[in-house]
Amino acid sequence: MTDVSATLVAKLAHLSPTDETARVLAQRADLVALSDASAEAVLAPQDPGGLSHAVRGIIAVRASERLGDETMKDHYYERFTTCEDWYDVAGLADPAAFSVDARLDALLRHADKLIAEPRNATRDDVEALKAAGVAEADIVRLAELCAFLGYQSRLVIGLRLMNTMTEKKP
Amino acid sequence: MSRVVHEFTATVPDWRPYVTPVKLEEASAAQLAAMKVTPSNRKVSDYVLTLAHDPESLSHRSPLFNGIMYGRDGLSRTERELGAVGASVVNRCVYCAAVHASRYNQLTGTEATMAEIFAREEKAELGERERAIFDFSVKLSAFPPKAGESDVERLRAAGLSELEILDLVMSAAIFGWANRLMHTLGEPVAAED
Repeated sequence: MTDVSATLVAKLAHLSPTDETARVLAQRADLVALSDASAEAVLAPQDPGGLSHAVRGIIAVRASERLGDETMKDHYYERFTTCEDWYDVAGLADPAAFSVDARLDALLRHADKLIAEPRNATRDDVEALKAAGVAEADIVRLAELCAFLGYQSRLVIGLRLMNTMTEKKP
Repeated sequence: MSRVVHEFTATVPDWRPYVTPVKLEEASAAQLAAMKVTPSNRKVSDYVLTLAHDPESLSHRSPLFNGIMYGRDGLSRTERELGAVGASVVNRCVYCAAVHASRYNQLTGTEATMAEIFAREEKAELGERERAIFDFSVKLSAFPPKAGESDVERLRAAGLSELEILDLVMSAAIFGWANRLMHTLGEPVAAED
Protein backbone atom coordinates (compact mmCIF):
# COMPACT_ATOMS: atom_id res chain seq x y z
CA MET A 1 0.00 0.00 0.00
CA THR A 2 1.11 3.56 -0.67
CA ASP A 3 2.89 5.25 2.21
CA VAL A 4 1.40 8.71 2.72
CA SER A 5 3.43 9.59 5.81
CA ALA A 6 5.80 11.85 3.83
CA THR A 7 2.97 14.04 2.50
CA LEU A 8 2.25 17.53 3.76
CA VAL A 9 -1.20 16.45 4.95
CA ALA A 10 0.31 13.67 7.09
CA LYS A 11 3.07 15.94 8.37
CA LEU A 12 0.63 18.63 9.48
CA ALA A 13 -1.57 15.94 11.08
CA HIS A 14 1.45 14.52 12.99
CA LEU A 15 0.97 11.06 11.49
CA SER A 16 3.76 8.48 11.76
CA PRO A 17 4.05 5.64 9.19
CA THR A 18 2.98 3.08 11.80
CA ASP A 19 -0.15 4.95 12.92
CA GLU A 20 -3.46 3.27 12.20
CA THR A 21 -4.76 6.59 10.88
CA ALA A 22 -1.85 6.75 8.38
CA ARG A 23 -2.87 3.31 7.13
CA VAL A 24 -6.46 4.46 6.69
CA LEU A 25 -5.34 7.66 4.98
CA ALA A 26 -3.27 5.59 2.55
CA GLN A 27 -6.56 4.25 1.18
CA ARG A 28 -7.19 7.82 0.00
CA ALA A 29 -3.64 8.40 -1.28
CA ASP A 30 -4.91 9.91 -4.54
CA LEU A 31 -6.89 12.54 -2.62
CA VAL A 32 -3.92 13.28 -0.36
CA ALA A 33 -1.76 13.87 -3.45
CA LEU A 34 -4.38 16.22 -4.91
CA SER A 35 -4.55 18.05 -1.57
CA ASP A 36 -0.80 18.60 -1.56
CA ALA A 37 -0.83 19.65 -5.22
CA SER A 38 -3.56 22.15 -4.35
CA ALA A 39 -1.31 23.64 -1.66
CA GLU A 40 1.34 24.31 -4.30
CA ALA A 41 -1.27 25.77 -6.67
CA VAL A 42 -2.49 28.35 -4.14
CA LEU A 43 0.81 29.10 -2.33
CA ALA A 44 3.25 29.08 -5.23
CA PRO A 45 1.39 29.11 -8.56
CA GLN A 46 3.37 29.50 -11.77
CA ASP A 47 1.15 32.48 -12.58
CA PRO A 48 0.64 34.30 -9.27
CA GLY A 49 -1.20 37.22 -10.89
CA GLY A 50 -1.35 40.16 -8.49
CA LEU A 51 -0.80 38.00 -5.40
CA SER A 52 2.92 37.38 -4.95
CA HIS A 53 4.12 34.20 -3.35
CA ALA A 54 5.21 36.25 -0.31
CA VAL A 55 1.75 37.79 0.12
CA ARG A 56 0.13 34.36 -0.25
CA GLY A 57 2.62 33.00 2.28
CA ILE A 58 1.94 35.68 4.87
CA ILE A 59 -1.82 35.18 4.49
CA ALA A 60 -1.30 31.48 5.29
CA VAL A 61 0.79 32.41 8.35
CA ARG A 62 -1.89 34.81 9.61
CA ALA A 63 -4.64 32.26 9.01
CA SER A 64 -2.70 29.60 10.95
CA GLU A 65 -2.14 32.04 13.78
CA ARG A 66 -5.83 32.90 13.96
CA LEU A 67 -6.67 29.20 13.94
CA GLY A 68 -4.28 28.80 16.86
CA ASP A 69 -2.46 26.02 15.01
CA GLU A 70 1.25 26.03 15.85
CA THR A 71 2.13 23.22 13.44
CA MET A 72 0.55 24.97 10.47
CA LYS A 73 2.02 28.30 11.52
CA ASP A 74 5.55 26.92 11.75
CA HIS A 75 5.18 25.20 8.39
CA TYR A 76 3.81 28.25 6.63
CA TYR A 77 6.25 30.67 8.26
CA GLU A 78 9.21 28.56 7.19
CA ARG A 79 7.79 28.36 3.71
CA PHE A 80 7.10 32.12 3.68
CA THR A 81 10.76 32.93 4.41
CA THR A 82 11.79 31.14 1.21
CA CYS A 83 9.66 33.49 -0.93
CA GLU A 84 11.21 36.27 -2.95
CA ASP A 85 11.04 39.65 -1.12
CA TRP A 86 9.44 38.04 1.93
CA TYR A 87 11.15 40.48 4.25
CA ASP A 88 9.07 43.37 2.86
CA VAL A 89 5.87 41.93 4.34
CA ALA A 90 7.28 40.02 7.33
CA GLY A 91 5.78 42.60 9.70
CA LEU A 92 2.35 41.36 8.69
CA ALA A 93 2.87 37.94 10.30
CA ASP A 94 1.00 39.31 13.31
CA PRO A 95 -2.69 38.99 12.41
CA ALA A 96 -3.39 42.26 14.25
CA ALA A 97 -1.09 44.11 11.82
CA PHE A 98 -2.40 45.65 8.62
CA SER A 99 -0.83 47.57 5.75
CA VAL A 100 -0.68 51.28 4.88
CA ASP A 101 -0.94 50.18 1.25
CA ALA A 102 -4.67 50.36 0.47
CA ARG A 103 -4.70 47.39 -1.89
CA LEU A 104 -2.71 45.08 0.40
CA ASP A 105 -4.76 46.24 3.37
CA ALA A 106 -7.99 45.32 1.54
CA LEU A 107 -6.57 41.90 0.64
CA LEU A 108 -5.59 41.15 4.25
CA ARG A 109 -8.92 42.25 5.69
CA HIS A 110 -10.87 40.19 3.20
CA ALA A 111 -8.60 37.20 3.83
CA ASP A 112 -9.45 37.45 7.53
CA LYS A 113 -13.16 37.33 6.75
CA LEU A 114 -12.75 34.41 4.35
CA ILE A 115 -10.85 32.44 6.96
CA ALA A 116 -12.83 33.24 10.10
CA GLU A 117 -16.33 34.24 9.10
CA PRO A 118 -17.08 33.41 5.47
CA ARG A 119 -20.80 33.32 6.29
CA ASN A 120 -20.72 37.12 6.69
CA ALA A 121 -19.19 37.80 3.26
CA THR A 122 -21.38 39.83 0.89
CA ARG A 123 -21.32 41.52 -2.50
CA ASP A 124 -20.16 44.71 -0.73
CA ASP A 125 -16.91 42.99 0.26
CA VAL A 126 -16.15 42.19 -3.36
CA GLU A 127 -17.06 45.75 -4.38
CA ALA A 128 -14.69 47.10 -1.69
CA LEU A 129 -11.87 44.98 -3.09
CA LYS A 130 -12.52 46.28 -6.59
CA ALA A 131 -12.59 49.87 -5.25
CA ALA A 132 -9.21 49.25 -3.57
CA GLY A 133 -7.76 48.32 -6.96
CA VAL A 134 -7.86 44.53 -6.67
CA ALA A 135 -8.34 42.91 -10.10
CA GLU A 136 -11.24 40.48 -10.49
CA ALA A 137 -8.90 37.56 -11.18
CA ASP A 138 -7.04 38.37 -7.97
CA ILE A 139 -10.31 38.33 -6.02
CA VAL A 140 -10.79 34.74 -7.23
CA ARG A 141 -7.16 33.86 -6.46
CA LEU A 142 -7.51 35.20 -2.92
CA ALA A 143 -10.73 33.24 -2.39
CA GLU A 144 -9.06 30.02 -3.59
CA LEU A 145 -6.09 30.53 -1.26
CA CYS A 146 -8.23 31.16 1.83
CA ALA A 147 -10.75 28.48 0.89
CA PHE A 148 -7.96 25.95 0.47
CA LEU A 149 -6.64 26.84 3.94
CA GLY A 150 -10.16 26.32 5.30
CA TYR A 151 -10.09 22.84 3.76
CA GLN A 152 -6.58 21.84 4.72
CA SER A 153 -6.88 22.95 8.35
CA ARG A 154 -10.06 20.90 8.83
CA LEU A 155 -8.60 17.86 7.13
CA VAL A 156 -5.55 17.84 9.41
CA ILE A 157 -7.56 18.59 12.55
CA GLY A 158 -9.92 15.71 11.74
CA LEU A 159 -6.97 13.38 11.17
CA ARG A 160 -5.37 14.37 14.46
CA LEU A 161 -8.63 13.60 16.29
CA MET A 162 -8.87 10.21 14.59
CA ASN A 163 -5.27 9.44 15.44
CA THR A 164 -5.48 10.47 19.09
CA MET A 165 -8.30 8.04 19.63
CA THR A 166 -6.79 5.09 17.79
CA GLU A 167 -3.59 5.48 19.84
CA LYS A 168 -5.60 4.99 23.02
CA LYS A 169 -7.11 1.73 21.85
CA PRO A 170 -5.70 -1.31 23.68
CA MET B 1 -33.03 41.27 -11.77
CA SER B 2 -33.81 37.90 -10.19
CA ARG B 3 -34.59 37.60 -6.50
CA VAL B 4 -31.69 36.71 -4.19
CA VAL B 5 -32.38 33.62 -2.07
CA HIS B 6 -31.46 34.16 1.60
CA GLU B 7 -33.18 31.20 3.27
CA PHE B 8 -32.07 27.57 3.18
CA THR B 9 -34.01 25.53 0.64
CA ALA B 10 -33.77 22.17 -1.12
CA THR B 11 -34.88 23.85 -4.37
CA VAL B 12 -31.68 24.49 -6.28
CA PRO B 13 -31.33 28.17 -7.22
CA ASP B 14 -29.16 29.70 -9.93
CA TRP B 15 -25.82 31.25 -8.96
CA ARG B 16 -24.87 34.79 -9.95
CA PRO B 17 -21.20 35.83 -9.63
CA TYR B 18 -19.98 39.13 -8.14
CA VAL B 19 -17.00 39.13 -10.53
CA THR B 20 -17.02 38.83 -14.31
CA PRO B 21 -16.60 35.18 -15.35
CA VAL B 22 -13.95 34.31 -17.92
CA LYS B 23 -15.41 34.44 -21.43
CA LEU B 24 -15.18 31.01 -22.97
CA GLU B 25 -14.10 32.37 -26.35
CA GLU B 26 -11.27 34.30 -24.68
CA ALA B 27 -10.08 31.52 -22.35
CA SER B 28 -6.40 30.51 -22.43
CA ALA B 29 -5.30 26.93 -23.07
CA ALA B 30 -4.64 26.50 -19.32
CA GLN B 31 -8.12 27.80 -18.47
CA LEU B 32 -9.80 25.52 -21.03
CA ALA B 33 -7.88 22.52 -19.68
CA ALA B 34 -8.79 23.38 -16.04
CA MET B 35 -12.47 23.69 -17.05
CA LYS B 36 -12.24 20.38 -18.92
CA VAL B 37 -13.55 22.07 -22.06
CA THR B 38 -13.29 19.82 -25.11
CA PRO B 39 -14.85 20.14 -28.58
CA SER B 40 -17.66 17.84 -27.42
CA ASN B 41 -18.10 19.51 -24.03
CA ARG B 42 -18.53 23.25 -24.31
CA LYS B 43 -21.22 23.68 -21.66
CA VAL B 44 -19.61 25.46 -18.73
CA SER B 45 -21.38 27.03 -15.73
CA ASP B 46 -20.79 30.62 -14.60
CA TYR B 47 -19.31 29.15 -11.43
CA VAL B 48 -16.62 27.23 -13.30
CA LEU B 49 -16.02 30.19 -15.63
CA THR B 50 -15.49 32.38 -12.54
CA LEU B 51 -13.04 29.92 -10.99
CA ALA B 52 -11.21 29.74 -14.33
CA HIS B 53 -9.57 33.03 -13.30
CA ASP B 54 -7.30 30.74 -11.25
CA PRO B 55 -6.80 27.66 -13.47
CA GLU B 56 -3.97 26.10 -11.43
CA SER B 57 -6.16 25.80 -8.37
CA LEU B 58 -9.25 24.70 -10.31
CA SER B 59 -7.39 21.93 -12.13
CA HIS B 60 -6.58 20.21 -8.82
CA ARG B 61 -9.73 21.04 -6.90
CA SER B 62 -12.16 19.55 -9.43
CA PRO B 63 -10.79 15.98 -9.28
CA LEU B 64 -10.28 16.34 -5.50
CA PHE B 65 -13.90 17.38 -5.01
CA ASN B 66 -15.21 14.57 -7.20
CA GLY B 67 -13.01 11.99 -5.48
CA ILE B 68 -14.20 13.07 -2.05
CA MET B 69 -17.89 13.23 -2.90
CA TYR B 70 -18.25 10.37 -5.37
CA GLY B 71 -15.32 8.03 -4.61
CA ARG B 72 -15.82 4.29 -4.14
CA ASP B 73 -16.36 2.42 -0.84
CA GLY B 74 -16.08 3.95 2.60
CA LEU B 75 -18.81 6.37 3.63
CA SER B 76 -22.05 6.16 1.65
CA ARG B 77 -22.82 8.80 -0.94
CA THR B 78 -25.81 9.87 1.18
CA GLU B 79 -23.77 10.44 4.31
CA ARG B 80 -21.13 12.40 2.40
CA GLU B 81 -23.94 14.70 1.27
CA LEU B 82 -25.03 15.05 4.91
CA GLY B 83 -21.49 16.10 5.84
CA ALA B 84 -21.52 18.63 2.99
CA VAL B 85 -24.80 20.11 4.22
CA GLY B 86 -23.47 20.42 7.80
CA ALA B 87 -20.57 22.57 6.60
CA SER B 88 -22.81 24.59 4.28
CA VAL B 89 -25.18 25.42 7.14
CA VAL B 90 -22.32 26.72 9.31
CA ASN B 91 -20.89 28.78 6.46
CA ARG B 92 -24.38 29.85 5.38
CA CYS B 93 -23.79 28.84 1.78
CA VAL B 94 -27.42 28.68 0.69
CA TYR B 95 -26.46 27.54 -2.80
CA CYS B 96 -24.23 24.62 -1.69
CA ALA B 97 -26.79 23.58 0.94
CA ALA B 98 -29.54 23.49 -1.70
CA VAL B 99 -27.54 21.43 -4.20
CA HIS B 100 -26.48 18.85 -1.62
CA ALA B 101 -29.78 18.74 0.27
CA SER B 102 -31.55 18.03 -3.00
CA ARG B 103 -29.11 15.23 -3.80
CA TYR B 104 -29.58 13.81 -0.32
CA ASN B 105 -33.34 13.90 -0.77
CA GLN B 106 -33.10 12.19 -4.15
CA LEU B 107 -30.83 9.46 -2.79
CA THR B 108 -32.89 8.77 0.34
CA GLY B 109 -36.35 9.38 -1.10
CA THR B 110 -37.31 11.45 1.93
CA GLU B 111 -37.29 15.17 2.68
CA ALA B 112 -37.73 15.02 6.47
CA THR B 113 -34.02 15.12 7.43
CA MET B 114 -33.23 18.18 5.36
CA ALA B 115 -36.45 19.91 6.43
CA GLU B 116 -35.40 19.46 10.07
CA ILE B 117 -31.88 20.73 9.36
CA PHE B 118 -33.13 23.80 7.53
CA ALA B 119 -35.66 24.54 10.29
CA ARG B 120 -33.30 24.15 13.27
CA GLU B 121 -29.91 24.40 11.62
CA GLU B 122 -27.11 23.48 14.04
CA LYS B 123 -29.61 22.22 16.63
CA ALA B 124 -31.34 19.78 14.27
CA GLU B 125 -32.59 16.62 15.98
CA LEU B 126 -31.94 13.58 13.83
CA GLY B 127 -31.55 9.84 14.19
CA GLU B 128 -28.48 8.77 16.19
CA ARG B 129 -26.13 8.02 13.30
CA GLU B 130 -27.32 10.96 11.19
CA ARG B 131 -26.95 13.31 14.11
CA ALA B 132 -23.45 12.10 14.98
CA ILE B 133 -22.44 12.77 11.37
CA PHE B 134 -24.20 16.13 11.07
CA ASP B 135 -22.94 17.40 14.45
CA PHE B 136 -19.38 16.38 13.65
CA SER B 137 -19.48 18.24 10.36
CA VAL B 138 -20.96 21.32 12.04
CA LYS B 139 -18.30 21.33 14.76
CA LEU B 140 -15.43 20.74 12.34
CA SER B 141 -16.69 23.61 10.18
CA ALA B 142 -16.75 26.18 13.00
CA PHE B 143 -13.99 28.75 13.29
CA PRO B 144 -11.85 27.71 14.95
CA PRO B 145 -13.02 24.11 14.60
CA LYS B 146 -14.55 22.80 17.81
CA ALA B 147 -14.80 19.08 17.05
CA GLY B 148 -13.15 17.03 19.78
CA GLU B 149 -12.25 13.47 20.65
CA SER B 150 -15.71 12.81 22.07
CA ASP B 151 -17.27 13.71 18.70
CA VAL B 152 -15.11 11.11 16.95
CA GLU B 153 -15.96 8.61 19.66
CA ARG B 154 -19.64 9.29 18.99
CA LEU B 155 -19.10 8.47 15.31
CA ARG B 156 -17.48 5.17 16.27
CA ALA B 157 -20.30 4.40 18.68
CA ALA B 158 -22.77 5.08 15.86
CA GLY B 159 -20.99 2.37 13.85
CA LEU B 160 -18.71 4.32 11.53
CA SER B 161 -15.43 2.64 10.54
CA GLU B 162 -12.15 4.58 10.49
CA LEU B 163 -12.36 4.85 6.70
CA GLU B 164 -15.92 6.18 6.95
CA ILE B 165 -14.81 8.76 9.52
CA LEU B 166 -11.98 9.84 7.22
CA ASP B 167 -14.46 10.22 4.35
CA LEU B 168 -16.66 12.35 6.58
CA VAL B 169 -13.72 14.54 7.61
CA MET B 170 -12.93 15.00 3.92
CA SER B 171 -16.54 15.76 2.90
CA ALA B 172 -16.91 18.36 5.63
CA ALA B 173 -13.46 19.82 4.91
CA ILE B 174 -13.96 20.11 1.15
CA PHE B 175 -17.04 22.21 1.85
CA GLY B 176 -14.86 24.44 3.99
CA TRP B 177 -13.33 25.11 0.57
CA ALA B 178 -16.41 25.07 -1.69
CA ASN B 179 -18.51 27.27 0.63
CA ARG B 180 -15.73 29.87 0.78
CA LEU B 181 -15.92 30.13 -3.02
CA MET B 182 -19.64 29.88 -3.75
CA HIS B 183 -20.81 32.05 -0.88
CA THR B 184 -18.17 34.77 -1.19
CA LEU B 185 -17.81 35.08 -4.98
CA GLY B 186 -21.51 35.18 -5.82
CA GLU B 187 -25.06 34.71 -4.62
CA PRO B 188 -27.99 32.33 -5.14
CA VAL B 189 -30.89 33.73 -7.15
CA ALA B 190 -34.29 32.14 -7.70
CA ALA B 191 -34.09 29.93 -10.77
CA GLU B 192 -36.02 31.14 -13.79
CA ASP B 193 -38.15 28.52 -15.50
